[in-house]
Amino acid sequence: MSAQTIKQDDGTPVSFYVEDEHDHPEGGSTMLGFWMYLMSDCLIFAVLFATYGVLGNSYAGGPGPRELFELPLVAVNTAMLLFSSITYGFAMLAMDEGKVRTMQAWLVMTGLFGLAFLSIELYEFSTLIHEGAGPTRSAFLSSFFVLVGTHGLHVTMGLVWLVTLMVQVGRHGLIAANKRRLLCLSMFWHFLDVIWIGVFTFVYLMGMLR
Amino acid sequence: MSDNTNPHTSSVAHGDGSAHGEDHAHGDTASHGTRGSYLKGFFLSAFLTAVPFWAVMTGAFKDPSTAVLVVMLFAVIQIVVHMIYFLHMTTKSEGGWTMMALIFTIILVVITLAGSIWVMFHLNSNMMPMANMADMG
Repeated sequence: MSAQTIKQDDGTPVSFYVEDEHDHPEGGSTMLGFWMYLMSDCLIFAVLFATYGVLGNSYAGGPGPRELFELPLVAVNTAMLLFSSITYGFAMLAMDEGKVRTMQAWLVMTGLFGLAFLSIELYEFSTLIHEGAGPTRSAFLSSFFVLVGTHGLHVTMGLVWLVTLMVQVGRHGLIAANKRRLLCLSMFWHFLDVIWIGVFTFVYLMGMLR
Repeated sequence: MSDNTNPHTSSVAHGDGSAHGEDHAHGDTASHGTRGSYLKGFFLSAFLTAVPFWAVMTGAFKDPSTAVLVVMLFAVIQIVVHMIYFLHMTTKSEGGWTMMALIFTIILVVITLAGSIWVMFHLNSNMMPMANMADMG
């Protein structure tokens, strides 16, 4: 910051300050930027939810939610994702305390819960397709597979990212850059859990009530 | 304007200026909650998930529209719980910009969802009638 003084027309000096861009630490704006990304992701899901809302009643004479969905399976799936959220939270607490081993153990647990979630989802998808209720059967099923599948794809990417970061932490330890990356993934992972609330409510529970 | 009224001129304020830089460490130093707050969020979420599942699976509500309202209410509350306890949303994080982005996104989401469903509500009633209309479910 530097001070400058000029004289006004009547001769009285006016001081003002030229404020330099203050130093941002490396990656200083990453968290806000990542939040912006999550919000744009939120809009993708909003559009897919809207599509499902519009097309979800068009069964084309095919099976509807009541015949297809198994709520106990969805409940187990929801529990898996919720467990993975809390274990990720504990991983972040261990990271704050600088306990690398503990953190990695929690991350492994998170990954396993995420994997369980994906396996159950893939099992559900394959069951539906074998029952002849694939994405091409009706507009309802097309929008269902796109919406739930996009969420599943996000979880898959989250898992790839999780493994990548565990390798990074294993190689370089808890350096600032790795902490920042882990915090971004933390937001991503919890965000997916938030989207899943919309999925199990809007798609599964309200589908059964139709 | 006299120099002394400008807080940036005093040495104390200058100290503030450098602290200002640290405040702007942007999230790296943000709080991540505590074990207690995570557990609180977890048990709240578990409860808020279990109740609507239970209500739908046992058919606790005779009237489907009541059930829909209850299920949606629980979902909205659970989303708020996740935002606070897991995503650590506050009005102050990142100088309020995360909250601004969130509010903007919610507005867009409401427009997208409500707008699509409203516009498309009569999707089928405005279709050209077909000869075999009576055969179709």
